[in-house]
Amino acid sequence: MKAFVGCKRVIDYAVKPRINPEKTGVVTQNVKMSINPFDEIAVEEALKLKEKGIVKEIVAVMVGPSAGSLQLTNGPLAMGADRGILVEIPEEDANPLLVAKVFQKLIAKENPELVLLGKQAIDNDANQTGQILAGLMQWPQGTCASKVEMAEKQVTVTREIDSGLRTVTMDLPAIVTCDLRLNTPRFATLQNIMKARKKTIEKTTPKDLGVDFAPKLKVLQLDEPSVRKAGIKVATVEDLVGHLKKTGTI
Amino acid sequence: FFFFYSSFSSRRTIMLSSISRLACSKSVPKARSFGTTVAPSNGIGFDLSDDQKGFQELARNFARNQVIPAAPEWDKTGEYPKALLQEAHKLGLMNTHVPKEYGGLELGILDNIIIVEEMAYACSGFSTAMGGNDLGQMPVILAGNDEQKKKYLGRCIDEPLHVSYCVTEPSCGSDVAAIKTSAVKKGDKWILNGQKMWITNGGHANWYFVLARTNPTAKAGSAMTGFIVEREWPGVVVGRKEWNMGQRASDTRGITFEDVEVPDANRLGPEGFGFKLAMGAFDRTRPPVAAGAVGLAQRAHDEALKYAMTRKTMGTEIINHQMVGAMLADMAIGIEASRMLTYRSGYEMDVGRKNTIYASMAKAMAADVANKAASDAVQIFGGNGFNSEYPVEKLMRDAKIFQIYEGTAQIQRMIIARELAGIAKERL
Repeated sequence: MKAFVGCKRVIDYAVKPRINPEKTGVVTQNVKMSINPFDEIAVEEALKLKEKGIVKEIVAVMVGPSAGSLQLTNGPLAMGADRGILVEIPEEDANPLLVAKVFQKLIAKENPELVLLGKQAIDNDANQTGQILAGLMQWPQGTCASKVEMAEKQVTVTREIDSGLRTVTMDLPAIVTCDLRLNTPRFATLQNIMKARKKTIEKTTPKDLGVDFAPKLKVLQLDEPSVRKAGIKVATVEDLVGHLKKTGTI
Repeated sequence: FFFFYSSFSSRRTIMLSSISRLACSKSVPKARSFGTTVAPSNGIGFDLSDDQKGFQELARNFARNQVIPAAPEWDKTGEYPKALLQEAHKLGLMNTHVPKEYGGLELGILDNIIIVEEMAYACSGFSTAMGGNDLGQMPVILAGNDEQKKKYLGRCIDEPLHVSYCVTEPSCGSDVAAIKTSAVKKGDKWILNGQKMWITNGGHANWYFVLARTNPTAKAGSAMTGFIVEREWPGVVVGRKEWNMGQRASDTRGITFEDVEVPDANRLGPEGFGFKLAMGAFDRTRPPVAAGAVGLAQRAHDEALKYAMTRKTMGTEIINHQMVGAMLADMAIGIEASRMLTYRSGYEMDVGRKNTIYASMAKAMAADVANKAASDAVQIFGGNGFNSEYPVEKLMRDAKIFQIYEGTAQIQRMIIARELAGIAKERL
């Protein structure tokens, strides 16, 4: 079985993002970029399935700038994915709907039976791409997976939801988005980092795939969250209740 | 005055000792990719290659996520970090110099330097335990025959084994020419007797490189021979783990050899070649030791900077006090300069040139920078810095040994002065 793993290039989780002077986006120049941590979990899950013999080929798919081939090579390919596809777009934060449309075209070309994605990207926290893709493909989806079990032509996903755990069983082909507790991604070994350079990354563009990637949303303004204002200290409980009543809180 | 210092590397044609000729002829200049996609128009590049970026990222993630949390406990108990050393071995971070034909990655010195700096940032005791392998293996890589390399390097690749380099003795460290350990030929064996001291990995090594005097009357340069000695042979007595000021995770011991029978097949290179062999290894192992000092200095700097950004005195964060800022600035200057010098020393060897003066310069400078940086980091932390709940006092204790092992600060300066005299003879 062939599996797709979606890998987004995002600002590294340890970096504190800064808003650019035009207030239209975040500064990415000279900022450390990494593979989205939830996507690394997806890669690890695909590798586990390959080790079990269920998945034969893992294709790491990135929709991002051409510089992303470095992250693809040193990340998913070094961890053990077989090859990569880089759909080149000029900016990092692509709209989930457009990314899903690109994936839809790639799925038509490559026919994977399983598509693994991170549940959300740590830059926009959208948590949409997997779900939109399932809708476009009319495939079943198991999102926020904390456990994935494969059977003959079926996948059972334990989902983390607000009220606990929900288990869904789906026929393949299916979309699975991966949550934090699904697994702990392996370190790529040094040997594999060097070997990864020999693996192929097929480069293409949304235009080549027939997807109009012109943004449908325009960011008007981006601001940092307002600085938390200092509170006040009160002497007695009566004062506290008085203040809460005054502000209309109670 | 300028042209005198313009390039030390042209020394190679005259100063090539027999060992470096041996080494250079054996190793094809490792044309590692030093640049990235940016093509420099003026020859020098300061960017890591894509491979090196990958190594650095791997080493950094492993070091910061796994080693940093474990290091304080090793420092308290002195326990050998076996589990994480095995993990490092699995990730390919150890034994990077071993040639490809024996299963190794045959990475360049510069590649190794990048990895060592990241490991030493987390815990220099840990990075020294890793580096002890490289030091012990180097004489075999340089002068071993095919069987010796297959047997002793191969097993280090297959399993997470450890190796030690046994030259220092209780009464001679810098004065290697005066070592007393002797090997006397008896038939097709050598009988080894003597005592070695301060041997890194001594208690955990699978085999040792041992330098012994084989000719009692000859001059130092031809009186000694190198041997591979297996730990489990009768007569090898491993001393107790020494409790040192710092780098406590690293295992240092005295090793005694009592009538140990060493087969002639374990002799490294011709009889009398040992001194040159032992010294020749240093050109390859000093740069990584310098890298360890750079890593420690960087950690001291980062901890002090983080602290200075949040600690407030006299109405403001202490980073805004000029004398604190000046200490951090001097730290940063020293770290950047010693890192560049360390990279250069690895680069020179990787492209096939003699790097002795650079290796000594890098090691001398990086060790001094590390000690000052660690001491200043404690100073910036103030009273907290003196306390074991904060990470910087360990750095100060760990830093000292960088000025002592792998050639003392004084020996490095003697080497540099000797190299300078050689340059002067050639050019002035």
